[in-house]
Amino acid sequence: MPAPAIELTGINKSFGPVQANRDINLTVEQGTIHGIIGENGAGKSTLMSILYGFYQADSGSISVGGKPVTIHTPNDAIAIGIGMVHQHFMLVQNFTVLENVMLGAEGGQLLTGSIADARAELHKLEEAYALEVDTEAVIEELPVGLQQRVEILKALYRGAEILILDEPTGVLTPAEADHLFRVLAQLKEQGKTIVLITHKLREIMAITDNVSVMRQGTMVATRKTSETSVEELAELMVGRHVLLRVEKGPAHPGDVKLAVENLTVRDRRGVTMVNNVSFEVRAGEIVGIAGVAGNGQSELIEAIAGMRQAVSGRVLLDGLPIHVTGSADPAELRRRGLAHVPEDRHYTGLVLPFEEAENSILGYHGQAKYLKGPFLDIDAIRKDAAAKIEAYDIRPPNCRLKSANFSGGNQQKIVLAREMEQDPTVLVVAQPTRGVDVGAIEFIHKRIIEMRDAGKAVLLVSVELDEIRSLSDRILVMFAGQVAGERGPDATEGELGLLMAGITDGQEAAE
Amino acid sequence: MATPYAKLPAWADYGLIPLINLTVAFLVSGLVVLLAGENPVKAAGILVSGAFGSGSGIGYTLFYATNFIFTGLSVAVAFHCGLFNIGGEGQAYIGGLGVALVCLAFDTVFPWWLNFPLAILASAALGGAWAFIPAILQARRGSHIVITTIMFNFIAASVMVYLLVGALKPLGSMAPQTRTFEAAAHLPKLDWLITMFGFKLRSTPLNLSFVLALVVSFLVWLLIWRTKLGYEIRTQGFSPRASRYAGISETRIIVITMMISGALAGMMALNPVMGDQHRLQLDFVTGAGFVGIAVALMGRSHPAGIIPASILFGMLYQGGAELAFEMPNISRDMIVIIQGLVILFAGALENLFRPAVQAFFGSVLHEDVRAAPIASGESH
Repeated sequence: MPAPAIELTGINKSFGPVQANRDINLTVEQGTIHGIIGENGAGKSTLMSILYGFYQADSGSISVGGKPVTIHTPNDAIAIGIGMVHQHFMLVQNFTVLENVMLGAEGGQLLTGSIADARAELHKLEEAYALEVDTEAVIEELPVGLQQRVEILKALYRGAEILILDEPTGVLTPAEADHLFRVLAQLKEQGKTIVLITHKLREIMAITDNVSVMRQGTMVATRKTSETSVEELAELMVGRHVLLRVEKGPAHPGDVKLAVENLTVRDRRGVTMVNNVSFEVRAGEIVGIAGVAGNGQSELIEAIAGMRQAVSGRVLLDGLPIHVTGSADPAELRRRGLAHVPEDRHYTGLVLPFEEAENSILGYHGQAKYLKGPFLDIDAIRKDAAAKIEAYDIRPPNCRLKSANFSGGNQQKIVLAREMEQDPTVLVVAQPTRGVDVGAIEFIHKRIIEMRDAGKAVLLVSVELDEIRSLSDRILVMFAGQVAGERGPDATEGELGLLMAGITDGQEAAE
Repeated sequence: MATPYAKLPAWADYGLIPLINLTVAFLVSGLVVLLAGENPVKAAGILVSGAFGSGSGIGYTLFYATNFIFTGLSVAVAFHCGLFNIGGEGQAYIGGLGVALVCLAFDTVFPWWLNFPLAILASAALGGAWAFIPAILQARRGSHIVITTIMFNFIAASVMVYLLVGALKPLGSMAPQTRTFEAAAHLPKLDWLITMFGFKLRSTPLNLSFVLALVVSFLVWLLIWRTKLGYEIRTQGFSPRASRYAGISETRIIVITMMISGALAGMMALNPVMGDQHRLQLDFVTGAGFVGIAVALMGRSHPAGIIPASILFGMLYQGGAELAFEMPNISRDMIVIIQGLVILFAGALENLFRPAVQAFFGSVLHEDVRAAPIASGESH
């Protein structure tokens, strides 16, 4: 049996008082795909950063291919054959593919010779691994899936034998993700070793050979993928039994509460992001909008919520028009019963340096119950915040703590508590569980269903197809600013995947 | 993801780091004094005793500090909204016009205690009005407030020269200044306050404006941290996106904040014009608007930090004058260098030693710090 590709022994790493990695042992066999899963903050990224030389472990040892190594910088890691594909791509946007791949490996002051060599080498790699990309294309013009391919090529170009991928499918359509998995399988066949960091259990089941589960900085288990199940892994991740499938009864749709008619929205550059979109949401139903990020969902939501001016079209809230093409005011919409959980909680939904209590009134800070004349009624605000903390199990339960110090899941709960507790008519929720851990996801999903059952009209936007499918009563798929199709909650992933890639019903029939 | 730096306890953040910065500034200043051929230890002694060693010294120190409190608060309020108001100099200058107009009009009509509130209103109104135009240009047209407020400093200077050699100058006078106000437009001195602490003194310019500055400091704290308006200002300052999300009108909040900022700068004029010189002179602001920036930075935009920072700069002004007088090799310009070094280390290089201090706290004092991600919004 060959020596393991990677062997980590007794790795410890602390950031101040927080121990991010505690006595971690990990063995990754050569020529396998090894999954590492865990909630946010479980220490997966820290561990991989140690392996890639971004951080130094406080103690412990690393062996690669049976030989002990010390890795001080990413350059050391590259030299011993470790490549990393980051969650957020490290590419120069206005460079070509070739220039990006060469970056850091130019081999001399004059580029002419090395460019030709690099091009030849790159073509060889593309062929060997079925990773076709136009080497002369400029990065910013490539779709995300191809940009990721460039990242992989970059690592291979440097001679990586071990490839670490950090949450690689977060930005991909199901089809792109499938292609990525085929590429990974092929790389494995050629003898490369792959470490896949993810929080998506299905991906783990689909392509890995072995899987290690991390929780709160420790490695809680390593399993052969063929001998475990989604349920077991979820339980290991969270440390208790989790309900993966949301339980909900049938919807009882009532009157139309939110009607969008022929809405068109352009972005700053004048590019049409939402193109003549119409749909309605009734009381007591959840309408889900699926789609790959960047297909107009964000702009659609912002226009409905009064944060972005639309070019044309109408939006009716509870039968009355919202002035979306003019002076729609988020504050007024809130008074009229439109609650909005924005997709970006860090810079939109919350003011991170604020105390939790201050954030719990953001947007509702003009309400009489929070004010005494021109002054904030601090006691009332804190009491109100404490009640929400209790009801939504926000931890730590301290309304005076700075919001930046809460975890992603708890920050999201702060936003949800604020918007849901206002008893809105229409609830618009965007990416409710992005960057949120499994335990909190379960809670958030339950709350959204409860809102529906309480007769609210819920518009849900998410790039997580599972989330859309398990919560929605009706599913709209957006592609290139338009609604590519509508499906029921029992639509298959493949069906939705086609719509997300822009293959609409008509085209499908023609093929 | 956790960063390798620990969050500092408040006392280190607000006390230790400014102290380190200040110490370094004075050490470097000591080198400058050494280069000039004087003994730095002796120079430091003269500086401190010149500022605090006598009743008169204290009076002058607090008189200068009064100016800086007003301009420091002005800069701080704008900071909270994410705006960099460099126009304190011009706003204070124009504020002086408001003070002078009230005093010239009513100094034979009303008693001082009626002229005082009128002058406060007039200085605040004109200072605020002077900030209004840059504010509306920023809010509506996106013209950068830093550029426009600097330009408005120059315009203010030109306007005042025009008025002081023309309409405001008494007939037949050769000095570019207004006539001297009558006694009913003089603010009461606070000399008794200093004698109360057992100091003897000759007359100092310290006047009632100092008390006003302290009251206004409290009001600014109340405004920023306890009112709905302050909440909106801070929301806009930390995150314009969150502000739009919350339905706060960007135009409205920028204009209101800048006008409050301008009004605070304008009120600074009360101190020299109504409290000391009793007439409006050319260039009476003498850089206080710019010192306000350093004071606000050093005081972390909080009144409780701005007051001590202002007194520090008051000390540099007063003690520096003594130093230039006592040590022939140290000129007035060298005092400006020392002030510049303090601004450099306490203001511009405020975060120079922070990583080292954080690393120290992170490794040594585990138990009373909690690691936290450094939010980008905190870095102002």
